Amino acid sequence: MTDTHIHPAQNGDKPMFYQVEDHHPEGSTMLGFWLYLMSDCLIFACLFAIYAVLGRNYAAGPSPADLFDLPLVAINTAMLLFSSITYGFAMLMMEKGNKKAMLLWLAITGLFGAVFIGLEMYEFIHLIHEGAGPQRSAFLSAFFTLVGTHGLHVTVGLIWLVTLMVQVGKYGLIEENKRRLMCLSMFWHFLDVIWIGVFSFVYLMGVLG
Amino acid sequence: MSSQPHQSASDTHHAHSHGHEASHGTMKSYVTGFVLSVILTAIPFWLVMAGVFANPAVTAALVMAFAVVQIVVHMIYFLHMNTKSEGGWTMLALIFTIVIVAIALSGSLWVMHHLNTNMMPMTPEMMKNMP
Repeated sequence: MTDTHIHPAQNGDKPMFYQVEDHHPEGSTMLGFWLYLMSDCLIFACLFAIYAVLGRNYAAGPSPADLFDLPLVAINTAMLLFSSITYGFAMLMMEKGNKKAMLLWLAITGLFGAVFIGLEMYEFIHLIHEGAGPQRSAFLSAFFTLVGTHGLHVTVGLIWLVTLMVQVGKYGLIEENKRRLMCLSMFWHFLDVIWIGVFSFVYLMGVLG
Repeated sequence: MSSQPHQSASDTHHAHSHGHEASHGTMKSYVTGFVLSVILTAIPFWLVMAGVFANPAVTAALVMAFAVVQIVVHMIYFLHMNTKSEGGWTMLALIFTIVIVAIALSGSLWVMHHLNTNMMPMTPEMMKNMP
């Protein structure tokens, strides 16, 4: 991507044309990654629609009010929210070129993400142990698919995070790594946006009955 | 909006920083977004867990309203959405996605609700006791 600029006539009367190299090749990458996120958003929209349609079909099984543990969900939500702001701090450190502090904030972000996944795994195992596995009812199938898909995204985000920490440790804050870190930043904040929908629509509304 | 002070501070850098600074926040914008998110998360949890309103429909409406506001807060302060980044293409993609999501959600609920009301003359209690 190059921009043609018309420079005001400094060199005589003739306007001067020259090509300005774009120093930010991530420009198009960011738009492309945003389009990916939007298509991912459509996947989640379909899963939310499935949950909205099937979420009341208990097949004589347990209902959300019987199953969901709201304090646990609140802790989970807090973990994801904290990880969002610590990732923001990592991005600010990246802007300053402070590699060490950035890696530290990334590690803290990863820790929060890992706790989130751990708690979600605990919840899932607990539900399956109680006989409320995904095969119990349409409600539980939709629940496990929606929340599980989100958890899978967070897991992939964690793998990506660790990969980038290794990359930055090895090659430093080069242009390519900055671009990758910005993509992951969008991905990570996007997952937090999806989680807002999950805890509001699935957990809070579910417990309301 | 949040990138305004940043822009004036780096005027020399300005010529080729189009679409770039839009994707970064400042300390202030991240902290503002975080504080707003905490408030907008805490209130719906409190409403449900403390059972503030007797009518669940009121609580449900409020929970969904808070969710929508919080999503907007995240979009602005964490994802740095604005109408200018990438020449407006990110905003256009977002609007398109919102339209599709609205159609998918409301359409599914509408159609399936009609199917349910037309095909299953049963009360929820009867449904619950079905084999």
